[in-house]
Amino acid sequence: MENTEIHVVPNILLMVGLASIGTNWIASRVCQDSLDMSRFPRWKGLLLAWFAVATLLCCLLVTVVILSYALQGRLEESLKIGLRNGIRFYKDTDVPGRCFQKETIDRLQMEFRCCGNNNYKDWFEVQWVSNRYLDFTSKDVKDRIRSNVDGRYLLDGVPFSCCNPGSPRPCLQNHLTDNHAHYNYEYQSEDLNLFNRGCRQALTDYYMGLMNSTGPGVLSVILIQVSVILSLRYLQTAVEGAMASENPEDDSVGYLLEKGLKDTFEDIKSKAQDLLKLAQVDPTTGEACPEAEDEKANNGTDKAASPTPTS
Amino acid sequence: MAVLRVKFTKTKRDKLAQVLWILNWISVITGVILFSLGLFLKVEINKRKELMADRDIQYVPNMLIAVGLIACGINFLGGKICYDCVDTTKFLRWKLIMLPYIVCTFFFTSCILVGALMCYSMRGELEESLDLGLAAALKFYKDTDTPGRCFLKRTVDMLQIEFRCCGNEGYKDWFRIQWISNRYLDMSHKEVLDRLRSNVEGKYLQDGVPFSCCNVDSPRPCIQSRISNNSAHYNYDHVTEQLNLWPRGCRHALLDHYTHIMQSIGLTVLVIWVFELSVLTGVRYLQTALENVLRLGDPDSESDGWLLENSFMETARINLNIIKNLGKCNQVDTASNGDPNINVPCTSTATYGPDNLPPKPQPKTS
Repeated sequence: MENTEIHVVPNILLMVGLASIGTNWIASRVCQDSLDMSRFPRWKGLLLAWFAVATLLCCLLVTVVILSYALQGRLEESLKIGLRNGIRFYKDTDVPGRCFQKETIDRLQMEFRCCGNNNYKDWFEVQWVSNRYLDFTSKDVKDRIRSNVDGRYLLDGVPFSCCNPGSPRPCLQNHLTDNHAHYNYEYQSEDLNLFNRGCRQALTDYYMGLMNSTGPGVLSVILIQVSVILSLRYLQTAVEGAMASENPEDDSVGYLLEKGLKDTFEDIKSKAQDLLKLAQVDPTTGEACPEAEDEKANNGTDKAASPTPTS
Repeated sequence: MAVLRVKFTKTKRDKLAQVLWILNWISVITGVILFSLGLFLKVEINKRKELMADRDIQYVPNMLIAVGLIACGINFLGGKICYDCVDTTKFLRWKLIMLPYIVCTFFFTSCILVGALMCYSMRGELEESLDLGLAAALKFYKDTDTPGRCFLKRTVDMLQIEFRCCGNEGYKDWFRIQWISNRYLDMSHKEVLDRLRSNVEGKYLQDGVPFSCCNVDSPRPCIQSRISNNSAHYNYDHVTEQLNLWPRGCRHALLDHYTHIMQSIGLTVLVIWVFELSVLTGVRYLQTALENVLRLGDPDSESDGWLLENSFMETARINLNIIKNLGKCNQVDTASNGDPNINVPCTSTATYGPDNLPPKPQPKTS
């Protein structure tokens, strides 16, 4: 692979998994303590933060599901570039850093039953036989090297790892486009000799298969988390209602939001504005020039009086 | 003169019964483990059935499967018995069964030992079977158009790739057989005709190997044909070239694979055998302790438990006498002058009395 962008999917899953161990353990303690009226109040402050964190985790999980489908294109690109490099450096078994490319590509082709990037013809465009093993005094070798601009030894042959074991015929690796080089052979109709698929397609299918099989698991975890959040909210409001009333053993009402959705939104908006105004008033008084402080002190009472009716 | 006599108080007996109940249930699980080990071995052998000649190697996994199933049954019964042994009254209904149960379990544990030893002894048969099977498979490699053999090529190729091996003993086995089918040989070509004429049987032999013999770790693209010809390839010496093809023979590779499996299975079965033996010893102690309690009359008193009531020689002698008298029971006694109408009472199942000695031979009254 060329880049590691796709790693964001399993990384998020790992993080969310670890975090949800903690949050769900806290939730279980809260539920256990809600049976005892004396122990429940100590969780009161923590619960709002818990809801925020749990909702964030759920959103991250939903993002993961979306990402795993959205990143398919990037994965394919990354594989295409990476495989192209692998095929190009196949012959460089003596270059440090690239000496295992040959082994990697061979194992890949045999394990995933694929050949080349898009198909076996990718091997015709690359020199995959190292110069160390070419006899430069041979006429055939010299002809081939002279036949192209870059002076590469190109041939219509593939490595042995492209061979299909399921072929009824012993594998034909060389002179693949020459029908007369082999007895009873026609390369246009021969489809069992080599693997037909390209390795990029094979690998993409494999990874998408993996992500598709983890998809239902992640979705069910999202459902469970959401139901836990909602039930805990009901529990919290019901227990608080029971504690507030005179008789804790009596029935109490549980709800998701105290007022309607719109009202709650308005409430939150005004609270946020208050917080912002509180934050704004202080810096302006701090920046005031010391000369004008006396004036401000005189006008301070008027200023303090005016904002209150409008808020 | 009992063998390994141990005193048991009531609490000790109860504890022993409870511990044995748990251990018997663990033994049921080990019986299941034995069964699954046998099944695993059977599946592994059947996976490569095409490469093995017909030999008697199925008896090992079959034995393990049978032993595993019987172990589950026996230990389940043992668990029930030990559970009831805590209560002396409930023990009474198992009293008569316990001694036969212990004897049966003793012979059964020796079956487990035999099973474990068979795992190690199977190797010789397996090697022979693999040798013949692989030789046949290589011979029929080219017969992809013969029904019954059409997938042998794929099997051999996948085997050589998976186990990183080539040929039966080495890659040279491929030089001695024709592995390219006549359908793909151009009979009008001079080289082909030369090769066919070069040997008595008219086979197309060449010093080349199939692609599946190629070593993935080789730094060089694989050399499959004209392997013994140094001048056919640039910078190539077939004597010193180690990495081009797989070095091992497939018989050796498969034998290693199966030997490893069988050694692990054999070790596990030995451990299970030791465990079963210890459970059996516990049950024997429990049985003798409870029987002695019944003999003493007081269910809360101390009692002795032992492995054998007398020493080994005494017990062997007594049992041999029992078997001999059993035989005498069916024979006519010649002391009565061969008259079958005289009723000679059978002394074979008589109790021997408090000193546990067989009675002196009584003069027979005619």
